[in-house]
Amino acid sequence: MKATLSNAFRQMRRYPSAVVGSIIILFLVFMAIYAVVAIPYSEAVRLWRGADNVWMETPRNAAPAWFNLFYREKQPVTIVMRTTDESSPKTIVDLGDGVATSDFVFEFDYEYDGFPTEMSVFFNATYTAARPNVALKWITPDGREIQIADVSVRTNENYSISQDTRVTRRLGGVVPERGLFADPANPNKVLKGTYKLVGEGLVFEEGSSVDASMVIYGKLHGLAGTDHRRRDITIALLWGTPVALAFGLVAAVGSSIATMFLGAASVWFGGWIDWLIRRINEVVMILPLLPILIMVGLFYSRSIWVMLSIVILLGIFGSGILSYRAMFLQVRESGYIDAARAYGAGSGRIIFRYMIPKIIPTLIPGFVTQVPAFVFLEATLSVLGLGDPVLPTWGKLLNDAQGNGALLNGYFYWVLEPAFLLMLAGLGFAMLGFALDRIFNPRLRGI
Amino acid sequence: MPSLAKTLPQGQNQKAVLRIEDLHTWFEIRRMGFFKAGDVRALDGASFELYEGETISIVGESGCGKSTLAKTILGINHITKGSIFFEGKDLSTLDKEGWKKYRSSIGYIQQDPYGALPPFMSVQRILEEPMKINGIKDKAEQRRRIRQVLEEVKLAPIEDFLPKFPHMLSGGQQQRLVIARAMILEPRMLIADEPVSMLDASVRVEILQLLQALQRRHNLAILYITHDLSTVRYFSERIFAMYGGKIIEKSSTTGLLEKPLHPYTAALFEATSDPDAANLTSFKDVPAGEPPSLMNPPKGCRFHPRCRKIIKGLCDQEMPPEFWVREDHAAACWLYKDQV
Repeated sequence: MKATLSNAFRQMRRYPSAVVGSIIILFLVFMAIYAVVAIPYSEAVRLWRGADNVWMETPRNAAPAWFNLFYREKQPVTIVMRTTDESSPKTIVDLGDGVATSDFVFEFDYEYDGFPTEMSVFFNATYTAARPNVALKWITPDGREIQIADVSVRTNENYSISQDTRVTRRLGGVVPERGLFADPANPNKVLKGTYKLVGEGLVFEEGSSVDASMVIYGKLHGLAGTDHRRRDITIALLWGTPVALAFGLVAAVGSSIATMFLGAASVWFGGWIDWLIRRINEVVMILPLLPILIMVGLFYSRSIWVMLSIVILLGIFGSGILSYRAMFLQVRESGYIDAARAYGAGSGRIIFRYMIPKIIPTLIPGFVTQVPAFVFLEATLSVLGLGDPVLPTWGKLLNDAQGNGALLNGYFYWVLEPAFLLMLAGLGFAMLGFALDRIFNPRLRGI
Repeated sequence: MPSLAKTLPQGQNQKAVLRIEDLHTWFEIRRMGFFKAGDVRALDGASFELYEGETISIVGESGCGKSTLAKTILGINHITKGSIFFEGKDLSTLDKEGWKKYRSSIGYIQQDPYGALPPFMSVQRILEEPMKINGIKDKAEQRRRIRQVLEEVKLAPIEDFLPKFPHMLSGGQQQRLVIARAMILEPRMLIADEPVSMLDASVRVEILQLLQALQRRHNLAILYITHDLSTVRYFSERIFAMYGGKIIEKSSTTGLLEKPLHPYTAALFEATSDPDAANLTSFKDVPAGEPPSLMNPPKGCRFHPRCRKIIKGLCDQEMPPEFWVREDHAAACWLYKDQV
């Protein structure tokens, strides 16, 4: 078998499809390893659940940042500034009696052609009884000063400029994220230049303080954009890779190996074991996989591991067992099996060391082409809303995209990114599998 | 069974390695995996002794039970009835250790050398497997034995062969490897099931000479199963002919070649082709009909439906016992009932 396999590897180099397929699979494997190393499982689950306001500073439904390369009118990415950062510190002047000013200036260049989508200021204050007060003022590049608001800050105060109707009124009925950035001469154009958000804060107690951060949400974000809950799609794309590969490989390998073992046992032991395995096989063969998975998902558990176990369990039986049985029936009659029995090899040794190694070369192309089928099955379940509730996967992205009318609203990247990776995985394994089939198939005749 | 000794070649007085008494091997035919539909009586009563250093040839057509006999002796088939004694011990009384010792005492050489070798194992692993299974774990001892058997079967240089796989060897080399594997446990006895029938004529003699050399060096008993009568005369002391699961004639080689007694054996020898121009015009008297069904064997002598010398009312009614016509020659045929 070692000879067969090393020979196969040598032959693989002659098939371009095998080379391309291997490169694609290697790429996906590296992506999977990177995902698992860079974002640990628990972190991925936490991020995807979106607890603790982790996605406060990302825009909703933003396209990938690299889209700007193709736009003539450059769209903004999110700008975040904080008083806790060194670039824009707050200045504190003690006025006595515990009263102090706490001022900050967020100064930034806005060189985009598009308007932002939202604007917010998040405050974080410490006090015992008297709330700090912050007056916000907007200074445009051409020197206009626009009063925004006086905010009485609680411990965690989220002040959304975009939703403040008073600002809208002050801007003459234009929503703030447009009005604050518009060129007075041409309200549909952005006035490029250096903007300032000036905060004049007052604290009224000893030990009281106020920190602020400003978020001007852009239209683009990160490598892959964001979804309706501001989550970075990159995380799901990255973590979808190990999940898809693991699901596909474990299901394909698990069911192929179990199938092969059952086929071998059925042939070797014969008698009632053979009879039983064949009857169970006939029953399971007519059970439909997808409806059973849907039932389990609806009534029992949607955990990916439960689904995986059922896929393997039902995948073990099927026409595969019959074709393995046919092959093993031939192998059993080989002279070397008789020889092995004559020198005393036991049943276990004969099945694992003498019968299965003969079949393995024919198994490999089969299971390589089976992998994408299981990857798609996982995606199918997720699209049907039966995906794992905590894990981010490609299929769940598609499900979310569909549920939020991604194509209707023009968020095509939301659909295309996971679809592309799914197709890439399918393509990689299919190309490798077909090449392996061609390499191993002449040997099928030798059995 | 005192008459058995009669077939011993003159001047030899050796001890029996293997004694077989009334051995039956029947295969059950099942319907739907559960219900018994009948038996195939592949081997239906065989008795003989195999002595140290001697070769018994077993001849007969396909399906006569030759290979079943071999596989039953090897422990691959289950014994339905009767017993096998190895060095005086009944196999049915052996424990696990006893079986291990028995299995290491028999080497098995098969017909198709390529099929007899696992195609996914290297020569080294093929030779290691029997040792691993039979408890020879010491690496140095394994190496010593591999070296020794490969030298004996003349596969040299040894280092070149060890990493090779069966498909890289020629047919003759493959059969030498099969013999090496049979010899690696240092057996007392070889069972050679048509060892040369798949080989080129040029290689056949070499392999047979190799077997003979091994036999002499190790005082091996050999059970040589063949349908090729031309090799028998050079190789064996005794010949047994089988038909329909029974041994129908037992004889010393010379005795049988001089005059076969059983009508079937006679016909079998008649059918042997000889490169003789006279054969072009002569007609061979080959018995008509087919080998008997082993599920429903004919009553009486198994050969009677095809036999030209049938004695009506006797051959088709009663199974003939062995008649010892001469010192070293017996036939299970009613024709000789008065000649004992």
